[in-house]
Amino acid sequence: MTEEKTHHPEPSYLVDTGKYKGLMAWLTSTDHKRIGLMYMYAMMVFFAVGVILGMVMRIELFWPGQQFYGPQAYNGIFTIHGIIMIFTVVIPGLAAVFGNFSMPIMIGARDVAFPRLNLFSFYLYVIGAAIALASQFMGNGPPDTGWTFYAPYSIQTHTNVVAAVFGAFVLGFSSILTGLNFIVTMHRMRAPGMTFFKMPLFPWSLYATAWIQVLATPIVGITLLMIIAERWLRIGFFDPSLGGDPVLYQHLFWIYSHPAVYIMILPAMGVITEIIPTFSQKKIFGYKAIAISSLAIALVGYFVWAHHMYTSGMSTTARWVFSLLTFLVAVPSAIKVFNWVTTMYKGSISLKPPFLFALGFIFLFMIGGMTGLSLGALATNIHVHDTAYVVAHFHYIVFGGVGFAFFAAIFYWYPKMYGRMYNFKMANWSFVFLFTGFNLLYFPQFIIGMMGMPRRYFDYLPQFTLGHQLSFFGGLLLVIGFIIMLITLFSKKGAPAPDNPWGGRTFEWRIPSPPPVENFEVMPEMAENEQPYDYK
Amino acid sequence: MGASNFVEGVDLAFKIIFGISLFFLVGITTVMLYFVFRYNRKRHPRAIQIKDNNILEITWITIPLILVLLMFYYGYVAFSPMRIVPKDAIPITVIGKMWVWTFEYEGGKQSADLVVPLNKAVKLNLHSDDVIHSLYIPAFRIKEDVVPGKNNYMWFIAQQPGEYDILCTVYCGLRHSYMEAKAKVVPEAEYQAWLKALPEKTNEPEGLTILKKNACTGCHSIDGSKIVSTSFKGLYGKTERVITNGSERTVTVDDAYIKTSVYDPDKDLVIGFQKGIMKTYKGIVTEDEITKITDYLKSIK
Repeated sequence: MTEEKTHHPEPSYLVDTGKYKGLMAWLTSTDHKRIGLMYMYAMMVFFAVGVILGMVMRIELFWPGQQFYGPQAYNGIFTIHGIIMIFTVVIPGLAAVFGNFSMPIMIGARDVAFPRLNLFSFYLYVIGAAIALASQFMGNGPPDTGWTFYAPYSIQTHTNVVAAVFGAFVLGFSSILTGLNFIVTMHRMRAPGMTFFKMPLFPWSLYATAWIQVLATPIVGITLLMIIAERWLRIGFFDPSLGGDPVLYQHLFWIYSHPAVYIMILPAMGVITEIIPTFSQKKIFGYKAIAISSLAIALVGYFVWAHHMYTSGMSTTARWVFSLLTFLVAVPSAIKVFNWVTTMYKGSISLKPPFLFALGFIFLFMIGGMTGLSLGALATNIHVHDTAYVVAHFHYIVFGGVGFAFFAAIFYWYPKMYGRMYNFKMANWSFVFLFTGFNLLYFPQFIIGMMGMPRRYFDYLPQFTLGHQLSFFGGLLLVIGFIIMLITLFSKKGAPAPDNPWGGRTFEWRIPSPPPVENFEVMPEMAENEQPYDYK
Repeated sequence: MGASNFVEGVDLAFKIIFGISLFFLVGITTVMLYFVFRYNRKRHPRAIQIKDNNILEITWITIPLILVLLMFYYGYVAFSPMRIVPKDAIPITVIGKMWVWTFEYEGGKQSADLVVPLNKAVKLNLHSDDVIHSLYIPAFRIKEDVVPGKNNYMWFIAQQPGEYDILCTVYCGLRHSYMEAKAKVVPEAEYQAWLKALPEKTNEPEGLTILKKNACTGCHSIDGSKIVSTSFKGLYGKTERVITNGSERTVTVDDAYIKTSVYDPDKDLVIGFQKGIMKTYKGIVTEDEITKITDYLKSIK
């Protein structure tokens, strides 16, 4: 490959070349890169809504007792905060944005296997999200069940549960179709010479993710339909007063929703696995171990769901079996961390913003993972289950993990997306605020959780006041961090980006920034002796 | 000595898991930061490529595997006695109902707080009247879900006299965060005296018993204070502004209005309240019971 700046014989994908111009050209585009960006813009909007709702909760929790609004409003807010953040931000998350934008280029393809299906998935996403949001304003008031929709409460409450559940159902289909599309793309469209074990590791993580999306999502789809059937037709699946079993609901829900955690975190791990070799200028350490550990996490992740249900009255045998399996899934995550750190050894490390966020990810992900150990162990789980400790733990994973990987990915691929650089100093400042704010927001929740503060509480006992107040200030710092980040990314045009600003080795760094519509002028190949991360 | 017989085992498991975790967190972070410093491009302009190392990979698969199995073991050992109840445990039935705990002792005597004797095994049979609740006593390190239609249970031996918080940890609707009670641990003699003094059958008016049984008093107080909705005190005979079929009107709270409010709460909705917060009690509260409730409401004008 030549190192000098390539010519632009073909227009970039950002230039409208079809029959439509402007907004319509985007809304009708089947280009994987444009679809990736559209997902990103939609997610930024939903994320902003979720953050605002989060802060509205933190303000109310600043003092014990009622300050600004009542418990019914609070219950609706934490429910919709969860639905928005889980179903429209972190589950589609990195796979929808960067899986679409980067993955086809990284494997040397012109697009995904089914570009029109890909656009259809995007519209399903928008429709599903719109229905979920509309549930707030229609019917008997916002749903108040929590994002988990636990029966029989979700069957009995008079609030607008059906619309929210149906929105999640539609979003599920978007996820299934994207997964299917990615599996076929990676099986059929890799560059000549790129065997599976020469595929970069971000695509590898998406491959593992896609199988979970395809195989696990239908289960939650059916389960959500069962809730609707039970509410409308009074069929007794889950509500004991109709002859149903509420614990059955929890099993069905978590059979999907636990693997869904891996739908969220696997692509995040994949992004980090790309960033660390690039900024260390070093071949990834333990390529095969990382690739296989993604599959191992996806596989074992199917068999641990009931660790969300240790206190539900399950048999002792079920409890210890699920506990044991849960501990096994911790090992492949540990393998990845060891390999990432070892990749830095004897590297030539450039501490640019994407790498800084990747370091932040590793630290926060370790805390998230390690605090998960006492949730996996039976005796300790009994104490902290359903407390603020769990709230802190999963925010460390889905926000400290997925969120920080998302920020890292934006800063990493931004020059490729827009053909522009951004201000590094500003990006670093956003990191300082986000990292400090994040820890100040969520770490106190571990402590009050250990002290016995239950989750989903509108009001609380006086001993938990200090923890909640620290969290509020952490939230403020986080919001400042987001604002700095948005200014860094979108306020003014940066200098033109070179094709390969970071010295990366994967295919996307060998084509112009921004890429032409069809990505490659000459289709890339991988030579017999070539490796995905062959730094010299 | 811990507040209950489980505290020691649970806390030991916490210490082991947190200890190992902290060691690795500090260790890995230190090594990572050292690499970032030592191999910074300024000091180390050219990376040195190293080969994959299978022995290293196997080492860091095996060591974490052993450590997590150790954590599993300590978690299991401290947990398993929680499910084996001694034969002589004192049985107490816990009734969870939106948003009140009731503790029923032998002979059907009921209490709003859980009073137990020191150093005696106590078994709680968990029963829910509506949705899932979860009984949590943080100081005792115990928690089990209270699932309608299922017979879940928990047990403990309280080892320290005192008063401890009881909380609900499975979200159960509007006043979930107010579903609290106290666990009072007292010496055996005091416990027996308390149990004896606990009224066998309440002498309260029948209407009040019905209101309590259906948890009406969870939202409507009987002393004039506002919980969620209007207090029952002084309600009968009062005039209220309501919305009926979208238009405002004034009604007087009489027998007919009370009946409508129980069976079709959204029909004449008092201004300022949201639809759907109160469900219909049709098929739950009989007309005869409504008459008794009305009689009671008349008595607390």
